[in-house]
Amino acid sequence: MDELKQVFLQESNEQLDALETLLLELENRPDDETTLNGIFRAAHTIKGAAGMVECAAVESFAHVVENVLDRLRNHEIAVTTELAALMLGCTDHLRVLVANEAGVAQVTIEWIEAQGARLLAELGQYGPGGQVFATPKAAEAGVERIPSNRSGHNCWHISVRFGPDVLRQGMDPENFLRFLETLGHIQHMETLTDIMPPVAEMDPELCYLGFEISLESSVDKQAIEDIFAFVRDECRLAILPPNSKVADYLELIESLPEDTLRLGEILVRVGALTADELAEGLRTQAIPAAAEQPDVLQIGEILVAQQVVQPELVAAAVAKQTQVSEKKAQDAKLIRVPADKLDHLINLVGELVIAGAATSLLAHTRRDGELIESSSLLSRLVEEIRDASLQLRTVQIGETFNRFHRLVRDACKDLGKDVQLVINGGETELDKSIVEKIGDPLMHLVRNSLDHGIELPAVREAAGKNPRGTLTLNACHDAGNIVIEVIDDGAGLNRDRILAKAIERGLVDAEAHLSDREIFDLIFAPGLSTAEQVTNLSGRGVGMDVVRRNLQALRGTINVDSHSGQGTRLTLRLPLTLAIIDGFLVVSGNRSYVIPLDAVVECIERPESEHNRNYFNLRGQVLPAVCLRESFSLPGERPARESVVVVQYAGQRAGIVVDRLAGELQAVIKPLGAIFRHLQGIGGSTILGSGEVALILDISALIKISGQAEQRLIARPELRNA
Amino acid sequence: MNAIRRAFTEEFTIYRVAELKPALLAALGEGERLELDLSGVERIDSAGCQLLILAKREASATGKTLAIVAHSPAVQSLIEFYNLAAWFGDPLVVSAE
Repeated sequence: MDELKQVFLQESNEQLDALETLLLELENRPDDETTLNGIFRAAHTIKGAAGMVECAAVESFAHVVENVLDRLRNHEIAVTTELAALMLGCTDHLRVLVANEAGVAQVTIEWIEAQGARLLAELGQYGPGGQVFATPKAAEAGVERIPSNRSGHNCWHISVRFGPDVLRQGMDPENFLRFLETLGHIQHMETLTDIMPPVAEMDPELCYLGFEISLESSVDKQAIEDIFAFVRDECRLAILPPNSKVADYLELIESLPEDTLRLGEILVRVGALTADELAEGLRTQAIPAAAEQPDVLQIGEILVAQQVVQPELVAAAVAKQTQVSEKKAQDAKLIRVPADKLDHLINLVGELVIAGAATSLLAHTRRDGELIESSSLLSRLVEEIRDASLQLRTVQIGETFNRFHRLVRDACKDLGKDVQLVINGGETELDKSIVEKIGDPLMHLVRNSLDHGIELPAVREAAGKNPRGTLTLNACHDAGNIVIEVIDDGAGLNRDRILAKAIERGLVDAEAHLSDREIFDLIFAPGLSTAEQVTNLSGRGVGMDVVRRNLQALRGTINVDSHSGQGTRLTLRLPLTLAIIDGFLVVSGNRSYVIPLDAVVECIERPESEHNRNYFNLRGQVLPAVCLRESFSLPGERPARESVVVVQYAGQRAGIVVDRLAGELQAVIKPLGAIFRHLQGIGGSTILGSGEVALILDISALIKISGQAEQRLIARPELRNA
Repeated sequence: MNAIRRAFTEEFTIYRVAELKPALLAALGEGERLELDLSGVERIDSAGCQLLILAKREASATGKTLAIVAHSPAVQSLIEFYNLAAWFGDPLVVSAE
């Protein structure tokens, strides 16, 4: 697949996403002009882009859709639910067509054609839509062009005059010329508007533009022609290969509508000809008709005359030249970079952090003031590089959320429910790799809420609730984590039923006293999926246990909170990034441990009198204390003075008792091997500047372990004194 | 000299040029010098650019002055791409990025 097509695929998918979002918006606000215009523009852009890469099937279908949209925009027809549904169907069909062009469609040509015919028939009800003039083509084996590898200074001269109707057809000359830039470097471009008629006759929707371009490129003529393939019939195109003869240029000048002299002058400016060559060429041509032909000297005179007319021109031109180099840098505002290159960069930054830490450690042990100073400057820069490179991978979560509009809408239709989706905090940013991985778990949670959480409108009304249910997706940052909430105002989890099922399955002891939270946690237990057990609706996709496992693989957690009759709140917490964290280094029993800095609230000293308690007093607040020495069975004597690091996670506070505090550091997370998968309380490992390995504590797990131990003691107090 | 300053925030695209043309020309007729503030123009396409060219040409033809005193990034980008900066003759701000 050639590059042009790849760009098209990527862009049309983006446009289709936009189209879908806008269509869903339109359903809620049918009178919104901006939305309508946006929809029209998206369809129009897809059509134009498809035309440019000769995807006739996509283009023609988009054309019919656009016609209906145009009538909609002109208020000839009204927005109805049926029409919106049809348009969504058309969006899906366009997606299939685009996928088919890429050769990745998962359906047969026959299916696509049948589907297309059905949609077109429906579109036909909304007025004359126009005929589809092309059918999808069967996927063909890709033939790739091997670029010819001529080196050296190669300037093609391209002369193009766009036809009057190109703008109306949705083809902007700018796009073609920008594509030209993908072939090589545009040395010089002159924009010609000479054929533009006087003001009164000028129709702003017609195109009067022409261009003389000097393109430095090593591609062949065919490649350049291909770019203009779609407007080929609409424009006058002449391509002169590098180092063409002067006569060829003169012929070109003759063939063009603009004034001969003006063109000649432009060619000189473009760099195709030198002034001497042109003068010589014109003189030889002019001899037979010397009387009519103006003198060649006029070229210069025209220039002078122009300078007189537009004195600002010269100054601007000079300023322009100095700006050229700067301009190149800002030409490309967006770059598409393969993800693996970014990953490689992040890896390197990780290594850089470790190496930087080693250097700074060395500087400190040598007590070399200058070295310390320069290494601290270095580590500050490394820190900035780290943040900047991690930033490169962050994306807004809104895109993922918006996908659910469609899901909610379709599911409501299937289930006969009425649910509105509310999204908050869509602009929250997080690592792209995490976004990709939470898509499926999130979708499962949303489906679950729709399926089992929110009741049917009649049931809701009977319960005195708004018949229209609300599903809320929230996202926000909290202490180095991203928090995503899926909230519904449905019936809530049925505590007794979950418990009964769990006892039946032998997951918990019938005698056990469980808190609400523990019971709700049971829905994540393998073998007790809500889909099959709680409401007997058809289960599908991954179970809740898989959701939790997926989240745990991302170092995230999920919590359930539910009130009968009021709804369920699922809270997901995920780290912002997977690669590097700011850590707080502590030492216990001569081993180093890293606590994620975002979790640390404060550090206090622990008096010896409290040594044997598993709680401590923080300014009147009693918090559980987790002693690392005990939890990990570390050898050695307890020091006389211990420290407590107060940590906070998901609203819970706890103290971690350690021997000694060793300061902040940047920790590059190295995952632990598969053998340690079941180890609780350890989230990963990192390498310190000294080369020593330090374990990264998993605060949420530690707090949980200590909580569980405490609850066991409450249940069986005789153990406490044992 | 009476200078008129007009700020346009619409999109200078094929969808709007039909309305913009009379608006631009009317503004041009109001005084000797028309200053266009295009800093609020988020989108511009070739049709919009063409319209600006028309206005500039019309200004020169009738002995008036048309100056674009503020460019949005989109306007600046297109004018530079089409290599019309010198022709328009308006100072452009080159951003540091």
